[in-house]
Amino acid sequence: MTTAEQTQSPPQPLINWRGLWQNIVQAALSVVLSLVVGGILLLLSGRNPLEAYESLYYGAFGTTDRFTETLVKATPLLLIAVSVSISFRCQYWNIGAEGQMILGSIFSVWVALNITGLPTLPHLALCFVAGALGGALWSLIAGVLKAYLQANEVITTSMLNYIAVYLLAYLVRGPMIDPGGFNFPQSRLIPDALELPRLVERTRLNASFIVALVAAALVLVFWRSTWGRRTEIVGASRRVAAHVGLNIPRTVLLVAGVSGALTGIAGWGEIFGLHFRLIEEIARGYGTLGIVVALLGGLNPVGMVISAFLFASLVVGGNAMERNANVPFALVDVIQGCVILLVLSRAYLFKRASSS
Amino acid sequence: MITVEMRGITKRFPGVVANDAVDLALRSGEVHGLLGENGAGKTTLMNVLFGLYQPDEGEILVKGEPVTIHSPADAIDLGIGMVHQHFKLVQPFTVTENIILGLDGWGFFDMAEAERRVGEVAAQYGLDIDPGVRVQELSVGAQQRVEILSSLYRGADVLILDEPTAVLTPQETEALTVVLRGMAEKGKTIVFISHKLEEVLKVTDRVTVLRGGRVVFGAMTRDTDKNTLAREMIGRDLASLRADQQAQVLALAGSEAEAHAGEHGTPAGVGECLIDVRDLHVIDDRGLPAVRGLSLEVYAGEILGIAGVDGNGQRELVEAITRVRPIESGQVVIAGEDATGWRARDYIKHNAAYISDDRHRDGLILDFDLGRNATLKVFDRSPFSRVGLLDFRAIVRFTRELITGFDVRAPGPSLPAGKLSGGNQQKLILARELSQNPRVIVANKPTRGLDIGAAAYVHQKLMEERERGAGILLISSDLDEILLLSDRILVIFNGQSMGVLNSADAATQTLGLMMAGTRLADLTTQEAAS
Repeated sequence: MTTAEQTQSPPQPLINWRGLWQNIVQAALSVVLSLVVGGILLLLSGRNPLEAYESLYYGAFGTTDRFTETLVKATPLLLIAVSVSISFRCQYWNIGAEGQMILGSIFSVWVALNITGLPTLPHLALCFVAGALGGALWSLIAGVLKAYLQANEVITTSMLNYIAVYLLAYLVRGPMIDPGGFNFPQSRLIPDALELPRLVERTRLNASFIVALVAAALVLVFWRSTWGRRTEIVGASRRVAAHVGLNIPRTVLLVAGVSGALTGIAGWGEIFGLHFRLIEEIARGYGTLGIVVALLGGLNPVGMVISAFLFASLVVGGNAMERNANVPFALVDVIQGCVILLVLSRAYLFKRASSS
Repeated sequence: MITVEMRGITKRFPGVVANDAVDLALRSGEVHGLLGENGAGKTTLMNVLFGLYQPDEGEILVKGEPVTIHSPADAIDLGIGMVHQHFKLVQPFTVTENIILGLDGWGFFDMAEAERRVGEVAAQYGLDIDPGVRVQELSVGAQQRVEILSSLYRGADVLILDEPTAVLTPQETEALTVVLRGMAEKGKTIVFISHKLEEVLKVTDRVTVLRGGRVVFGAMTRDTDKNTLAREMIGRDLASLRADQQAQVLALAGSEAEAHAGEHGTPAGVGECLIDVRDLHVIDDRGLPAVRGLSLEVYAGEILGIAGVDGNGQRELVEAITRVRPIESGQVVIAGEDATGWRARDYIKHNAAYISDDRHRDGLILDFDLGRNATLKVFDRSPFSRVGLLDFRAIVRFTRELITGFDVRAPGPSLPAGKLSGGNQQKLILARELSQNPRVIVANKPTRGLDIGAAAYVHQKLMEERERGAGILLISSDLDEILLLSDRILVIFNGQSMGVLNSADAATQTLGLMMAGTRLADLTTQEAAS
């Protein structure tokens, strides 16, 4: 039979390059269209869109400093997107990244400040584990409620976000406040030795960027594992999963735990690479943006690396555009909003376009 | 007089032409049989007439006038009614409430008057129904009469019945025949969709055979015979088929006499008891008792058939045995081990197979490729995974073997299961379930929706498994299938066993009475008394 030869290659390569390429093309089209919409808005407000976009581009990529700053911004976005991709593939709609990131930060800072006498590397590793654990435990609250009581995780995770935000606000004003910080709502600085090494001198780019890339790579391995397969089956059909004898609650718990841990690590990276102390704004806005990055990347690790980088450049470049071209940052929000809408509707839009 | 004429109707779905330039003329006062295998396009054609689908080509004439039927509401206005396989009745409502649902426009209406009018129409057509009774208290056969009455009440001149006998006991089928004949005598047009030859020969005046979306044969029923119809339906001469396939065709066509000629395996009780169910109680999704104190045994090397009208607890029984559904009380023993506390995982691990009646929802993930579907139950075992990582090569090799071994028509393991035809999907499930040489097999309606070729294949495989020594529990609402395959037959009614018969001694009449709720013990005492 000739058909047998046609399918000699394994059916599931590590990365589905063709699907990925299609995704990238669609995502790129979405971004270009969004920039066109933004350009029209710029024109309407009496500004030169080309000038504005030039300053956006310069702001994101113009100098080593700007470029590394973009990578810095991409780091937590990538980690959260990777976390989201696991839970979304299981149809577990974890939108609690913000809360999980906060808890990861709190746990890791607490370990950094209160456990003493350890050599640097084990201490740093312990902080990392604490960050992952904090995120995982916070996520597992919703996971347990889902697995055993069928509580809707969209509600529980987003409510847990509020609790986390106010818990953090309380901690940095009360129990964990920096005694020498003039009552500023922030914790003490972590010991200098625990600060993550810089990848490029005199920039903020640090080792947590590598951690994020490794996490994205490890997710590829996860999808090759039996646990990845279980996650996929439970996500595709709870009924089939029950019929083939999978333990659905246990799979949901695994997914909640792993995705929470990854988000907790994002919190650890922000503290130990950038802020070196707990601050209130540690996770602000990252939760939503992480979901968008995950969806734009098609829940595919390679795609998410690209889309994390893209959104980071929009944010960093947008800040520069605001400063240099006097364009309000709100316009960047509009462009982001357009990207989100186009990404979500692309399945429909592009199918129509390619079939006609 | 021709009441409805369909001319050159073509209806395409992605990948298939369901109807290909079909011409059909319906006359008043006739019962018109629409015969064909599953997938031949019978239901599609009638859904076009009832306004559920728009034809891609062709036209419809009602009483000589060209019409466009956009919706069932249009069809009803034109005097066309349809009774679907799944009834569309509100269970807690009375018969009259169901019938006038959506009819009375604004303001108040007089329920007593409505009931009187419904009763009048029922009496006119000899439909034995109390207009005031709640639908949930009615048997399936009576609910079907409510559906028919509802169409008549709305002024239907043309009534389409989609496989009306599939849910009936043999006695209820008799009663329906009388009703349909009576309606035809009063000038109504009846379209009787079926894939059972005997029924069509008995009930209809005229017959049209569809095959592969085309009309291949049409005649007055009295001028044709079973062999001709069978040949037209499957596209081959009966004589050219192997003996087992012939038996298959005749059995599926509804003639149990020939089916009985088939050899049956070892008598019950000889082998080891592989499924032992004792006083089982199970509740359904709504929390109501569905299986109520049922006991059964399945021995190695036999097929125990469970006959019964749909919805008498079959699904819940199967799911309790396969441990997908919790057991309220009682005991399930699989191959000598108490399975009452097991999960589905344990059932699978004890080398027990399960073929669900809903392959799209329970058996396969349609978006997944064949490889992933073929290994749904074994991907975490050697050789498909090592140290927790999947071995894609082993999965592909295994899937290829299944595709060849079970004749699944597919280009390769990377095809999504949703792209397979129904028959090939079922073969894939069979391949997956039988590849591990199971000792216990539970098969719930394994040929549902399959054409004769695919159904014969499934039957052949099940009989091979029996020869190999597996204990098989077969559930089907198709009595002919049960009679063809089973060594012993248990009739289920309302979640209880009405008794067990040896297949060779089982008369359709007896089974029919049992399916309607008479216990075998009571039947034998009645016989003794008379």
